[in-house]
Amino acid sequence: LSMAGRGRGRGRGQMTFNVEAVGIGKGDALPPPTLQPSPLFPALERRAAPLPGGEEGEYMLALKQELRRAMRGLPYFVKPGAPRRDIERYSDKYQLSSPVDSAIDWNPDWRRLPRELKIRVRRLRKGRTTSLVPKKYVAVDKEETIKKLESLEKKEEEVTSEEEEEKEEEEEGKEEEEEEYDEEEHEEETDYVLSYFDNGESFGPDSDDNGDEAVY
Amino acid sequence: MTQAELRLCSLLLQEHFGEIVEKVGNSLLRTGPRPLRLLVGDTGLLPDQVKKALCVLIQHNLVRYEVQPRGSVEYEARSERILRILRYPRYIYTAKTLYGDPGELLVEELLLHGHLPMSSAVARVADRLTETMEDGKTMDYTEVSSTFVRLADTHFIQRCPTVPESLQSPKAPPPPAPALAIDEKEMYVVPRLSLVGKGKRRHSCNEEEEGEHKAKRQKQEGGRSETPPDDGIYWQVNLERFHQHFRDQALVSAVASRMDQTSSEVVRTMLRMSEVTTASGASHTQPLSSNEIFRSLPAGYNIGKQVLDQYLALLADDPLEFVGKSGDSGGGTYTVKVTRGPGASWAPPSPFPHPSLILLLLHRFGSRCARIFRLLLRKKHLEQKQVEDFAMIPAKEAKDMLYRMLSENLVSLQEIPKTPDHAPSRTFYLYTVNVMAAARMLLHRCYKSVANLMERRQHEMQENKRLLDKSQRVEAILASMQATGAEEAQLHEVEEMLTGPERQQLETLKRNVNKIDASENQVDETIFVLESFIESTTKRP
Repeated sequence: LSMAGRGRGRGRGQMTFNVEAVGIGKGDALPPPTLQPSPLFPALERRAAPLPGGEEGEYMLALKQELRRAMRGLPYFVKPGAPRRDIERYSDKYQLSSPVDSAIDWNPDWRRLPRELKIRVRRLRKGRTTSLVPKKYVAVDKEETIKKLESLEKKEEEVTSEEEEEKEEEEEGKEEEEEEYDEEEHEEETDYVLSYFDNGESFGPDSDDNGDEAVY
Repeated sequence: MTQAELRLCSLLLQEHFGEIVEKVGNSLLRTGPRPLRLLVGDTGLLPDQVKKALCVLIQHNLVRYEVQPRGSVEYEARSERILRILRYPRYIYTAKTLYGDPGELLVEELLLHGHLPMSSAVARVADRLTETMEDGKTMDYTEVSSTFVRLADTHFIQRCPTVPESLQSPKAPPPPAPALAIDEKEMYVVPRLSLVGKGKRRHSCNEEEEGEHKAKRQKQEGGRSETPPDDGIYWQVNLERFHQHFRDQALVSAVASRMDQTSSEVVRTMLRMSEVTTASGASHTQPLSSNEIFRSLPAGYNIGKQVLDQYLALLADDPLEFVGKSGDSGGGTYTVKVTRGPGASWAPPSPFPHPSLILLLLHRFGSRCARIFRLLLRKKHLEQKQVEDFAMIPAKEAKDMLYRMLSENLVSLQEIPKTPDHAPSRTFYLYTVNVMAAARMLLHRCYKSVANLMERRQHEMQENKRLLDKSQRVEAILASMQATGAEEAQLHEVEEMLTGPERQQLETLKRNVNKIDASENQVDETIFVLESFIESTTKRP
């Protein structure tokens, strides 16, 4: 359809169809050829009609803005994990846990999802090297118990990652065990305990090797 | 998918779920279904981030998964479902008009969370309603439950496909992903639950500590102890049913504007009676006898039986064919014609695209252009000269307008050769409107418009970020000061932190953002009309 216009620029007046039928009479001035792309904000020839107002419109407007605000606060709004700090700071210990990449803040029904999507969430603790020993193949829904310094810590929830076990079997070991803080109000209470037993080892997202390294 | 749709989906995902989910969604939309590994590679995100994003997308029915024969799981984005995010306010508002506040909040919770078990939804809504009630009052679960049941009965919400009972031998490894399925009959069956309880009000001041203590206690008791009685049964909003409702609404208002209030009530009654028996996408409702209709009229309407019959006859005779007569049993049976084919005659009312197209021309190109367009719709094919004559517009102007419309794909040229050799001098060239093409073109424009609006809105917010942050801080300070009982003078001093021009700027920003948001809602209405039309027309055999 754009060909109807295109032909006018070149070979003035010579076209494959009878121009008179379309309405261009003999000797009529043709519009000048277009030499540049159309402007980004072409001038408005006439004003747009006003938006329909009314109670319905107002209510839906409020709903829309409220929805937007609400969804930002839900756990489904995935924020990137806190960036790695180059220097550990003392204040890091007392800051509220920032969003962490490998924690999932809500409880999906894992029965309805592909197994490969399960994310392991584990509470970080000192002397965690012992937990990095590769585990034997375990059944899917088995809950793992805490290995170190359990007496001072409270019980946590853990979700195992299928991916890890498969990889260990295949000896690829690419998936890294991300040990992160569970984001629960618990953290506040255990502050006192942590500082009492602080032996200088770092914890929190900073110390994690977040890369494709083998787990030893 | 067109670029415009892709861009809009991208923006919607980013605005409601963040950039990580947007990246994953984008990759799936642009490159098609793929397994997890390829997604990780393509997006450059961490594997855990991608997994989280996929969980969110699946939870909200925006992505589906399928186990491939080789054992890997492929994920596929559902673009048309992503676009529906734009319509959430309309769904929620409709639920409010039909079922009041409990209905509104139930639909809202289901949309916010993708899918929920009934027990969870009822509890959340009861809590929210309790918050808004006077001190000391609480919302009982039974009222919310009964609204839930009504929503299910009228098919506005439905059960999600469930995990099948596993009949495999225990030795065989479980499949990489469950194959969810649901029987048509089961979809609206509400489980027999006795949900007893009242909404809980959050205590204002000591809320944080109390919540913590409670959580701690729960953890010590072993976490969420009992599984809810409806474990595994999830509910989601049935968007198609809402769409059917919108179509019905448009039909009823079209009848009201063409005839009168009473005839529109008759049509509304007929539609209500066939709500759940009309399959979505059907072109007619089931036949209803005039006796049945008479019995189902709303209480306030005391029109006699003969009067009803007269109305029905009038509706059936109307050239716009709202209602068709399908038989004579029971005093005459009638159906409502819900969709119409492309061969429809002159300017049918919404939900058909013609008014939208005409309005577009009217506002962009002027009333004369719109006149030519309506002429072509009516007469189907016209030569250049005929257009000038019938529309009573001078040749030069008519030419110009026709070419503009041609370049916008709103009209097209049809060649009718007089001689077998198709010689140009002996061929008729007729202008005609291809409604389908014009509708698609307009729809594409709509997607672009909404995407532009969203970007502009985000830009405006970004530009004024500093000012917005400042105003939030000032409000927070004011609130805390008022809580601790500060004096008038002190409050005034804090208010002064925001200068006059700054307040002005904030006012302007708010006005602009509201205008843009309202426009987005408005464009979505047009999108609905066009999509319905295109869908119904392409479905016809």
